[in-house]
Amino acid sequence: MTHLTNFELFLLLSVLKVAVVLVILLLAVAYTVLLERKLLARMQNRWGPSRVGPFGLLQPLVDGAKSFLKEDMNPLAAERPLFILAPIIALGCALISVAVVPFGAVTRVHGVDLFQIANVNIGLLVILGITSIGVYGITLSGWSSNNKYSLLGSLRSTAQVISYELALGLSLVGVVLRAQSLNLRTIVNSQSAHGALSWNIFGGFQIVAFFIYLMAAFAETNRAPFDLPEAENELVAGYHTEYSSMKFAMFFMAEYANMITVSCVATLLFFGGASSPFGHIFNDFFNTPVLNAVFPVCWFVAKVFAFLALYIWVRGTLPRFRYDQLMSFGWKFLLPLAMANIIVTSFVIAMRG
Amino acid sequence: MQLALFIIFGALALGGALNLLLQRHPIHSALSLVVVMMSLAVLYWSLGAEFLAAAQVIVYSGAIMVLFVFVIMLLNAGTEQRTRGSRAAYAVGIPGAAAIFCLLSFVFLSERGALKSSNIGGDLSSATDNIAEVSAMLFTKQLLPFEVTSILILVAILGAVVLARKEQ
Repeated sequence: MTHLTNFELFLLLSVLKVAVVLVILLLAVAYTVLLERKLLARMQNRWGPSRVGPFGLLQPLVDGAKSFLKEDMNPLAAERPLFILAPIIALGCALISVAVVPFGAVTRVHGVDLFQIANVNIGLLVILGITSIGVYGITLSGWSSNNKYSLLGSLRSTAQVISYELALGLSLVGVVLRAQSLNLRTIVNSQSAHGALSWNIFGGFQIVAFFIYLMAAFAETNRAPFDLPEAENELVAGYHTEYSSMKFAMFFMAEYANMITVSCVATLLFFGGASSPFGHIFNDFFNTPVLNAVFPVCWFVAKVFAFLALYIWVRGTLPRFRYDQLMSFGWKFLLPLAMANIIVTSFVIAMRG
Repeated sequence: MQLALFIIFGALALGGALNLLLQRHPIHSALSLVVVMMSLAVLYWSLGAEFLAAAQVIVYSGAIMVLFVFVIMLLNAGTEQRTRGSRAAYAVGIPGAAAIFCLLSFVFLSERGALKSSNIGGDLSSATDNIAEVSAMLFTKQLLPFEVTSILILVAILGAVVLARKEQ
């Protein structure tokens, strides 16, 4: 290791980090799909995928192979460059935002933090920005397919995402006010004083903000009960009606990658990120460097997993909203509530001095 | 590193701007504009203005340009005809553009001492947290212009609501 310069080492470790995180994220996406199918099946009193491998555990691999091998059809009337670009934008944006997520405690090896790809001062804004660019994937896919159902689906989706982005962004302001920074590490550290009691949702009294965020996040990722863009009984399959084989799979993966990103942000901002809910009580028992590095990652994964399960549970439970209900809920209820939350939070912070 | 970023994204911004003018379909032009906005955001970031960069991406590329694309899609605007252009545009436009270019480069070159040749990306490596500085400036020294601008935007929104309202 010693004959490498610092810069080479940094480059090598960074590339390695990116590769590992990407592979884990893609695997997580594949197995979230399986988890969803299994959990939904149990809620509806059936088995779900159970033929391929033990408990159907190899199902995602088989699904992936199937979408690779299927014929890739392009409609004649489609706007070809944009038709191909749209799924790339959607999946690319969904995968990029994990780059700023810190998924473990600060663990430095040769000056490189192992559990975060990039520690950016404006990490939160980077995630919001990438999410807002991801809208183009949906918008362009609907328009370039040259299909009425696709166009209507993408119009609905774009309008929905833009509307709920406001409530989503405003719901996070209270957390930023408390942490006084947009750096995700700093936000996590600001809640790690007393374990679960100092998490923003409990000790920070951001529980209203959390519920606004949760609902806006469901709408942002086009998931039930806000999955109007792909309401199959009205719009066939929404914006990806004309897509087949791997291009369809890319939209599908983008949706699940977005779910994971949104769960990561909820974990970081409201549930103390990778910190333990017991605070520093057990620090003396497991005080070896390896355990100190591994336990936070486990906490982080467990929290994100809980959010994914919540997503699936909600999908199995709630019926779909009507479009006008969705819009008036976002603009007339969530947005004013988020603003009220900002005012109250900043007032309390100012009073405490 | 910073110089490489500047060259790449400067070229990308220029290419996007040219493509915006040369494309015949409105949606392609709008997307080129998105590319320009994103490259400008990277340039801001490489100069150390990270908050400005994020605001540029979120506000311009993420909100305003999406609405542009949205409107173009809804109007179903087709390909436009290419014209030969008016003779006045050639007669005035090209010398005008050249004159502005010469004037700007003259000002920048002659006032180089006063402008202090800025070290591109100099603030990037020290990773300063400049959001606090920006907001302190905005809410103390620049409070009046800031509030006046927000009222201006509010007036514009009210105007849009009044225009869009159906006659009773």
